[in-house]
Amino acid sequence: MSEATTAAKANSSVHEDAVGLWSWITTVDHKRIGIMYFLTSFFFLFVGGFEALLIRIQLMRPENAFISAETYNQMFTMHGTTMVFLVAMPMAVAFFNYLVPLQIGARDVAFPRLNALSYWIFLFGGLYLNSSFLFGAAPNTSWVGYANLTSLQFTPGRNVEFWIIGLSILGVSSILGGVNFITTIINLRAPGMKLMRMPLFSWMTLVTSFLLITALPVIAVALIILGFDRFFGANFFEVTAGGDPILWQHLFWLFGHPEVYILILPAFGIISDVIPTFSKKPLFGYPVVVYAGILIGFIGWGVWSHHMFTVGLGPIADSFFVASTMIIAIPTGIKIFNWLATMWGGALRFPTPMLFAVGLVAVFTVGGLSGVMHASAPVDLQQHDSYFVVAHFHYVLVGGALMGLFSGVYFWFPKVTGRMMNETIGKWHFWTTLIGFNLTFFPMHFSGLFGMPRRTWTYLAELNLETWNQLSTVGAFIFGAASLLLMWNLFYSWRKGEKASANPWGAATLEWSLPSPPRHYNFPALPTVRSREPLWDDTERQEVEAVTHAEPAEEPHMPSPSFWPVVLAFGVALTWILLMTHTWWMPLLGLALVAVAVFGWAFQPAYR
Amino acid sequence: MASLSACGQEYLQSTINPVTDYGEATHRLYVQVFWWTMLILAVVWALLAFILIRFREKPGQGRPKPVHGHMGLEIAWTLLPALIVVAIVIPTIQAVFQIQRPPEGDVLVVEVTGKRYWWSFHFPELGVTTANELHLPVGRPVSLRLESGDVIHSFWVPQIGGKRDVNPVVMVPEGREPKRNWMHFTIKEEGVFWGQCAEFCGEAHSLMGIRVVAQSEEEFQAWVDDWKTPAPTAAAPQVEESGGPGTPTSVSGSTSAGGGSPAQQDSPAGMAPPEDPLVARGRDVFFRESYCVLCHAIEGTPAAGIIGPNLTRFGGRTTLAAGMLPNTEENLIAWITDPRGVKPGAQMPGAQYTVTYEGQTFPPLNLNDEQIRALAAYLSSMR
Repeated sequence: MSEATTAAKANSSVHEDAVGLWSWITTVDHKRIGIMYFLTSFFFLFVGGFEALLIRIQLMRPENAFISAETYNQMFTMHGTTMVFLVAMPMAVAFFNYLVPLQIGARDVAFPRLNALSYWIFLFGGLYLNSSFLFGAAPNTSWVGYANLTSLQFTPGRNVEFWIIGLSILGVSSILGGVNFITTIINLRAPGMKLMRMPLFSWMTLVTSFLLITALPVIAVALIILGFDRFFGANFFEVTAGGDPILWQHLFWLFGHPEVYILILPAFGIISDVIPTFSKKPLFGYPVVVYAGILIGFIGWGVWSHHMFTVGLGPIADSFFVASTMIIAIPTGIKIFNWLATMWGGALRFPTPMLFAVGLVAVFTVGGLSGVMHASAPVDLQQHDSYFVVAHFHYVLVGGALMGLFSGVYFWFPKVTGRMMNETIGKWHFWTTLIGFNLTFFPMHFSGLFGMPRRTWTYLAELNLETWNQLSTVGAFIFGAASLLLMWNLFYSWRKGEKASANPWGAATLEWSLPSPPRHYNFPALPTVRSREPLWDDTERQEVEAVTHAEPAEEPHMPSPSFWPVVLAFGVALTWILLMTHTWWMPLLGLALVAVAVFGWAFQPAYR
Repeated sequence: MASLSACGQEYLQSTINPVTDYGEATHRLYVQVFWWTMLILAVVWALLAFILIRFREKPGQGRPKPVHGHMGLEIAWTLLPALIVVAIVIPTIQAVFQIQRPPEGDVLVVEVTGKRYWWSFHFPELGVTTANELHLPVGRPVSLRLESGDVIHSFWVPQIGGKRDVNPVVMVPEGREPKRNWMHFTIKEEGVFWGQCAEFCGEAHSLMGIRVVAQSEEEFQAWVDDWKTPAPTAAAPQVEESGGPGTPTSVSGSTSAGGGSPAQQDSPAGMAPPEDPLVARGRDVFFRESYCVLCHAIEGTPAAGIIGPNLTRFGGRTTLAAGMLPNTEENLIAWITDPRGVKPGAQMPGAQYTVTYEGQTFPPLNLNDEQIRALAAYLSSMR
């Protein structure tokens, strides 16, 4: 660490980003962390997709035995767990990371190292969870892991332990991320960037982050007490000892329903930025859309037992949750109407990001409305745990969350890489996705209505469900192929895409005032914002761009890289994982590593 | 076989073809909610289609007028959906209370126990216990009392009505009634209605079937009477009910030696045509050569196990392995030989392998092919 090298490093950092693998491992740059989040979750998307295809092959014929019942149970459990915890959540977090500081006018997130820590914990948690396949012990009690099936008595073996520990590790990551983004958005907005001037995506990030830090602890509690039952012989869910398995369902869904909004609100945020851009109109009813999002976040806490209408909570509880669930449909509807009103009277263009945004509006509505159907408790008694519900939540989570994320990928790719994504492949991707998606999931409404329960390895030929299942299987393969198009498009456009200008779409928000890709310090100096659409007002745009396109007057005050986050993340993961040894002192080894890493972290200067 | 008696319905587990008052109540509500949602979907899609066509950017078009919002519209699209919500919530809550209200009158109570991976049905007032195929009379109110013997299951026969979870019974302070779920309905037409477990319960969850056999009062009564009269072949012919499990061996010897006619001398009650020697041999296997009686019960015999399905009048059932296979001797032989090969995860020990059930290890049945064939003949003979 001679002064000369330090100075050279500092000097180079202004003009070009550090390169090489080590610079990525030690990075605390929110943009690089965002890219790593994206690539990791994109990888897991294909893992989860592969599991889905195995499920679909198995169900293509009645009484099929393409994979065994046990393998099937592992596949649907890991498909759900992967898609929720390793794809939809972290892919949204990728967007939070990359975009929020750029949208609100900040140089980085509030806690850059903590941000790196979140990523590495997520990566280790995801790898650990999937390592269970190597031991033939992948979790096999479904993504909701209902007690008392998860007890040692009824599911011996390590499967459930992989699940408990894997999700616990991932939960730590999510909570840290939530804390970081709340602090960032509350504290690091550029001058003039009032809350009610923030782009909708940043708003939904804020709401989602609050849900993260409040909902994840609930599942953490549930997992920990389940862990106590399994590891230490506690009896929280053990019926013969006075425990109650229904407690698990309350805890799980008290987390699980806000989780649904954790998954969908970022997508709503994305298309609330995309639709105005391609309508050349500001978002219609901005404050109403914001409040609707906040309201969804709040009411989302009061609806969990609509997942439990069959449990037998009694008519009074059922009625309460019918009413609260119906109420939450109203703000969701308000958002849809405001998106429509934004497009009304606009000058609509349809490049790929807009296609996916419009696709979301069309398709998510179907999922929302089937949700209204089973919000009616007696109706739900038929639909619950049938393929009708499988259809419903795939319309919401694929047609809603994933389509929104895809829209965001096409929209912000030029910002991230400096190149446009290929529009021809993009359009092919959109249309094959739309067809494949609907062909997969629309028939599931019928297989459900005609009596196919979910989480079933096979079905008897006499039930006549073969045709509907075959349609779904064909659709799933089209959908899978469509996703390969996206992979190809990302790779191709990253290498060969047309060069992108700073604001290729003519969008309104602050991130588009920066060069594509942005410099590592984002803003040479902080711009002053005077409206919600700073780039759509000519004078304001010139003022902002005068700041954002300038060379920094002095060395930007940026956090220095650190390898401690990756060490600490490994320590945190290791502590949990060593619980698998069932030896009380083994986790202490992990804790020792945690202690070393925290010490090193604390004494390493955060800034050069 | 009996599955085909439900002919005319393409979908045996259709949720939209109810045959009970309960099923009809939820179905009426479904239809109502369905049309409301279709109305909303039509409005949203029509608007969207119109917008996408009408407001495409035209060449040379400038920036459209920046409209920031409209309070009247916001109120309208808050209130209108709110009204629709109210229109759905009111009948919903009425139905919520209606379907959970216990029926009045001459109610037939059935205690349903879900176990991995089969169903036990006990009629307390009739003293009848059967498995997987639930016989019920048409026109009489029925209340199912649902309880699990292990993990959570869910009782779902779609044509009867919506599912209800089958929870393990949680301990309660003394003097309080333990909480159990109930399902109330009156069946309106005869038929065989298919169903299955609807809450993931483990490896063989997908093959935990239910058949509800809805019969006229008379047929149902006949079935009950049948159940209560031991099948002619259930116990050894000349052994009275008091006979212990030790006696049957000698009987099997005498019948098989006698061939056709000598059986007549063994039937003082005038009940038996000459007994098939294979059946007698199978009975011997059941009671003496393996440990079937540890888990299974047969009315009118010393077998009184409660771990596995009650096998009284087993031959009269249409299916075996919880609705999975037609009840033929061939299938039964396959099942006894290798239950897990037939139904992965099944909890019955195989002829040659061990299973661990609720923490307890059960050794192999230790039967050879000849014994299994005889056993199948015996079980099938009890029609």
